[in-house]
Amino acid sequence: MTHTWQTLLLAAGLFASAGCRADGAAIAQTGAGAAVPACQTCHGPAGEGMAQAGFPRLANLGAPYLQRQLAAFADGTRGNAVMTPIAKALSGADSAAVSAYYAGLPAPTAHQGRAVPASASPAPAAAPSAAASVGATLATRGRWADKLPACDQCHGPGGRGVGGDFPAIAGQGAAYLTNQLTAWKTGARPPGPMGLMAQVAKKLSDDEVRAVARHYAALPAGATP
Amino acid sequence: MTTPRQRLLAVALLAALALAGGLYAAGAFDAPGRAAAGSTARGAAEVAASAAPQPNGLAGDPPPADGTAPVGRPETRAVFSPPDEAAIPAGEFGDVIRRGREIFIDTPRAAPAYVGNSLRCVSCHLDAGRLADASPMWAAFVSYPAYRSKTRSVTTFQQRLQGCFDYSMNGKAPPPGAPELVALESYAYWLATGAAVDPKLPGRGYPALAKPAQTADFDRGEQVYGAQCALCHGADGAGQKTPDGYAVFPALWGPDSFNWGAGMGRISNAAAFVRANMPLGLPGTLTAQQAWDVALYMNSHERPQDPRYAGSAQATRTAFHDTDDSMYGKAVAGQVLGGSGAPKPFKPQQARTQTRPTP
Repeated sequence: MTHTWQTLLLAAGLFASAGCRADGAAIAQTGAGAAVPACQTCHGPAGEGMAQAGFPRLANLGAPYLQRQLAAFADGTRGNAVMTPIAKALSGADSAAVSAYYAGLPAPTAHQGRAVPASASPAPAAAPSAAASVGATLATRGRWADKLPACDQCHGPGGRGVGGDFPAIAGQGAAYLTNQLTAWKTGARPPGPMGLMAQVAKKLSDDEVRAVARHYAALPAGATP
Repeated sequence: MTTPRQRLLAVALLAALALAGGLYAAGAFDAPGRAAAGSTARGAAEVAASAAPQPNGLAGDPPPADGTAPVGRPETRAVFSPPDEAAIPAGEFGDVIRRGREIFIDTPRAAPAYVGNSLRCVSCHLDAGRLADASPMWAAFVSYPAYRSKTRSVTTFQQRLQGCFDYSMNGKAPPPGAPELVALESYAYWLATGAAVDPKLPGRGYPALAKPAQTADFDRGEQVYGAQCALCHGADGAGQKTPDGYAVFPALWGPDSFNWGAGMGRISNAAAFVRANMPLGLPGTLTAQQAWDVALYMNSHERPQDPRYAGSAQATRTAFHDTDDSMYGKAVAGQVLGGSGAPKPFKPQQARTQTRPTP
C-alpha cells in the first residue's frame, strides 16, 4: 500500500519536473563540459558517497542545503580544491537542477562496506558512562549543562534529516563528518544558517567530534524498512 | 587505548575539577560586590520577576520563584541537579518511571488517547524535563499542591498534569489515576529525588522577564521570527515533521499547536521561555525586547479554541483572557483571534510506529 503511493508520487514528481530532473541527472551521470566531471565519479552512482575517501553522500539531502553548498564552493566561502572549480563552472540553473536531482534520490538503503550494528541507536535511558556511548549520548541527548542540544533535535531522529535545511547525517562517512565538524570549529567552513553549526561544533572536543562522527556513520541512512 | 600516563593525567584533572567545584560551591570564587557591580550583565538586568506581576491573576501557576534570583546564567547559581538516568531503579517502580519518561519525550505516540496535536512534553520542558529555566519537572513536582488562579482552587500535581493535556496538548485529560498520569508523576517524583519541597527552587518555570522598554510589537516580532525562528518552525509556524508525523520542530500556532488555554499562549510566559531557551543551541542571543516582540507575534496567530469557550470569543476573553498578556479575542489583520466558534471535537493522535524520539 505504502509502496503503491510512493511509486505514484515518484511518477508524478518525475512527470512534473521532467525537464529539470533530466538536466540534473545528466550532470550527475555524465558531467557538463570539460570543467564539470560527472558527480557520480566521486559521489557514487546512487549519490551514496565514498566513505573511505571522505566524499559525502548527496542522495536525499535537501535541495536548498545542496544548492547553498554549491554556491559556497563557487564563491570560495567553503574552501575545497576539488569542488570550487566545478561549482564555478555550473550555471545557476545547473546547480538548481543537480541539487534537485540528488534531493530526489532515495536515501541509501545499505552501507557500502560498513557493518551496521544490530541496534545502532542506544536505549533512551542507557548509561552514558562507557566511552563508546559518548557519540550516542551527544547525538540523542546533547549536553545541556553546556546548552548543547542533541544532534537529533535538528537533524531528526536517527540523524535522518528534516526538511530542506537540516541534512541527513546518518550513513554519512565518519571521515567526512569529522572533517566538517572540525572545519566549523576552526572557521574553515561557513557557519551555516544562523551560525548554528559553528556554535555547536565549538562545544565539542576533538575526541567528541570523532565519537559523534562514528556514531552517525554507523547508523542506517534510510528509515528501517 | 589509554596509557598509564594519560590515566594519571585524567585522574589529576578530575581531582582538580572536584576541588574547584567544592571551592565554587563554598562561594570561594565570589568576588565581593560582584552582583552589585552589575557584571552579570544583561541576564540579571533584564530579569526582574518582581517587576512582572500578573495583572489580573489569571496566569495560573503558583507565584514564580525567588524574584531576585539572577537568571540566564544558571552556572552562577546553586541549581538542583536531578539524578542521572542510569540511576532509575530496577523493578516495577523503575519500569513506571521509564514509562513516564517515554510519555514525556514522545507524548503523541506514548499517550495517543489523550493528545490532540503533535507536541511533546519535552517541546517546552527541555532535556527530558531536566533543564533549569525550562520548566523542569523536578521543580514542578515540589511546587504542588498549590492555589492556582487559573482554576481558582488548590490543584494537586496530578491535576496540574491533567491541565497540560487539556490545553498544551490540545487533548483530553486522562482520568485521575490513569496509568499515564501515574507514570508521569513517578518520573517527576524521581527527577525531584533530593529536592526540597519548595515552590521557590531556583530554575523553576521560565525566568520571568521585566516589562519591555518598548511595548511588544507585531511587526518587529515578525522580523525576529523570520530571522531567528522560521528556519526550524517554518514561516507558517507549523513546525517540521518526519514523513511519519514525528514533530522534530513543534508547531507554534495553527491547528496542530497548543490551544488558547495553554500557558504558552500568555505573551509573558512565551517571552520568558524564548529569552531563556531559544533559538535551540543559541540561547540568550535574543534581547528581552526581541523575546517580547516575537512572543507577541507567535501569540497573535490563530490556534485551537480554548476548551473553556464561553459561547463567544468576547465572553471567553472576559472570563479567562482579560489582560494585556493575551491576544485572545482581539482582532489581528481583521480576524478576531478565537473567533472560530466552539472547540472542535477531540481527535486523538494516530500512533506512529517507527520514529525514535529525541528527549
